[in-house]
Amino acid sequence: MQPFYFHTRITQVELLGRIAKNVKELYEGIKEVPPSSIYHHTHRYLEQHRYFSPEHPNDFSYWITTSLGLKKLGEKIASVDIFQFSDIEDLRKKFLEILENFLKSSPALRNCLPQEEFRFLSSRIFILPTPYKATNLVEFLNCLEKVTIHSLYFHIFEARLRLKKHDNDFSCWLRDLGYKELADRISKLDPYTYTLEGLRKRIINLVKSYL
Amino acid sequence: MNSRIDDYRKIVGNEIIDELYLLAQKLKGISIQNINSTPSGGGVAEILSRIVPLMQELGVNIWWDVMEAEEEFFSITKKIHNRLHGVDIPLSKKELEHFLEVNDQNTIKMKKWADIVFIHDPQPIALIKMKRKLKNKWIWRCHIDFSSPCRDIWLFLKKFIEKYDVSVFSAPIFSRPLSIRQVLIPPSIDPLSDKNKELEAHFIDEILNRFGIDKEKPIITQISRFDYLKDPIGVIKAFKLVKKYIDCQLVLAGGGARDDPEGERVLEEVKNEASSSRDIFVIYLPPNSHLEINALQRASTIILQKSLREGFGLTVTEALWKEKPVIASCVGGIPLQIAHKYSGILTYTIEGTAHWIRRLLHEPEYARRLARNGKQHVKNSFLITRHIQDYLLLFLSLFNKSDLIYLD
Repeated sequence: MQPFYFHTRITQVELLGRIAKNVKELYEGIKEVPPSSIYHHTHRYLEQHRYFSPEHPNDFSYWITTSLGLKKLGEKIASVDIFQFSDIEDLRKKFLEILENFLKSSPALRNCLPQEEFRFLSSRIFILPTPYKATNLVEFLNCLEKVTIHSLYFHIFEARLRLKKHDNDFSCWLRDLGYKELADRISKLDPYTYTLEGLRKRIINLVKSYL
Repeated sequence: MNSRIDDYRKIVGNEIIDELYLLAQKLKGISIQNINSTPSGGGVAEILSRIVPLMQELGVNIWWDVMEAEEEFFSITKKIHNRLHGVDIPLSKKELEHFLEVNDQNTIKMKKWADIVFIHDPQPIALIKMKRKLKNKWIWRCHIDFSSPCRDIWLFLKKFIEKYDVSVFSAPIFSRPLSIRQVLIPPSIDPLSDKNKELEAHFIDEILNRFGIDKEKPIITQISRFDYLKDPIGVIKAFKLVKKYIDCQLVLAGGGARDDPEGERVLEEVKNEASSSRDIFVIYLPPNSHLEINALQRASTIILQKSLREGFGLTVTEALWKEKPVIASCVGGIPLQIAHKYSGILTYTIEGTAHWIRRLLHEPEYARRLARNGKQHVKNSFLITRHIQDYLLLFLSLFNKSDLIYLD
């Protein structure tokens, strides 16, 4: 049985030089930017707000609400259940569908104020080893208590959606270790509704119940 | 004495520093050369003087060269700087030719070139012509507010920028459509430098005494170069509005830089405007007056940054790190540092600035809360260790095209 090697990741943010002043331009941008940009704008907040759940779970909804003043549309975009998607392209389609429906029913476009344009960013991920590794459930628990939230983030969020593994790294390893039920329970946690520290505590408690 | 990289462990934690060593190791065998236009004065020189030795200590083969130029070149680059800020001052074809000539001369004078040439700001931008011959990697780092430049100067510079491998901007608002990669790297401050380290109370008192400032009366301070774009006259006007109601003092302190010949004229105007009040202290400091600036910031009740245009606004970062309530203009990179009414106050006018000075002087508990949040934000996002990490990733990314890079 292979040990579980904890990794961590660092993000490099890139500017795409593309802006949007209204919903139509946002729609066109979301349609054309690389998948790493959609990922960035829907996941950036998870690490920035370490302990507090933010009001807006993605940059698109924040901008639509605060710079365009379109609260209903903002809420619709904010409510997209990212956990349902295991492919960024499907997530992109969902945003486009909502924006398209809005554009069909609202012919008048509202522009944001100058300097408040939406600026498309994307990110590049550097994955690094950490000193932590586990060969059994006890060691796994010890490591979980020590690793940074960036490591936790990498194995839960990045692995599933960006690395296209369709499941988080912890569950994959635990399943191989014979803890199928524990693996399934961690898989079913919706990580987007926790803060990262909250998520760590939840996983630790689940693991403890199997020791 | 300069701090060592391991001294930062107590501020940011072991893990961050260990990661820096690991990233630095991945750059083994690659040399990096920084080039800018001034060895001292201004944010760029200051950050290079700290980052370069720390990266060397991490084991990176990195050095810093300053281009050679005379007064005339700097008055031209000052005009370029102003036009980039959207200020429409004349700039002739002949002056641009001289600008290119000086760059050309520097390609000859430069004794050694590295595998990665890291150019800071527009002054040495045309050195890029060497890329064809050297076949190495080139980075252009913009430290200036690019949000509304005069079109002609942008087109002039764009020709050079697009020859680089990658460009770097301090805030998303400065990014523009370009055919090359653009990376976001906010600048940073060094918490252990003379400008930002903790100071003994008696040293702070000594500095106040030296300048004749009364420590018992509220002190409103703006630290910046004497430059029209920092609006020192606007600061004095705001102060005079406050002074009608509250007995307080204003400190306007700063220096000049070798590449800013306009400074003296602005200083004279500021002195004239300030001459009517004994409670306004206009302090012109020589380069490297870091301890004095630190002491003045730490002695302040409120710190202002009423810039009309701003790059990132490192004086704001410094003030927030010292846990001071900050009132600053909503320009350039300042909104990245201050969330209005959460980690400081953002204003747009002289009157608005005066209003918030009065509010914060009257509500010290609220001011303290802003200051606490501001310090936490700087700790998370704008310290030198994060900056070093970003630069190491930037260098590594020149050799990796993928958007997922494994550094096992």
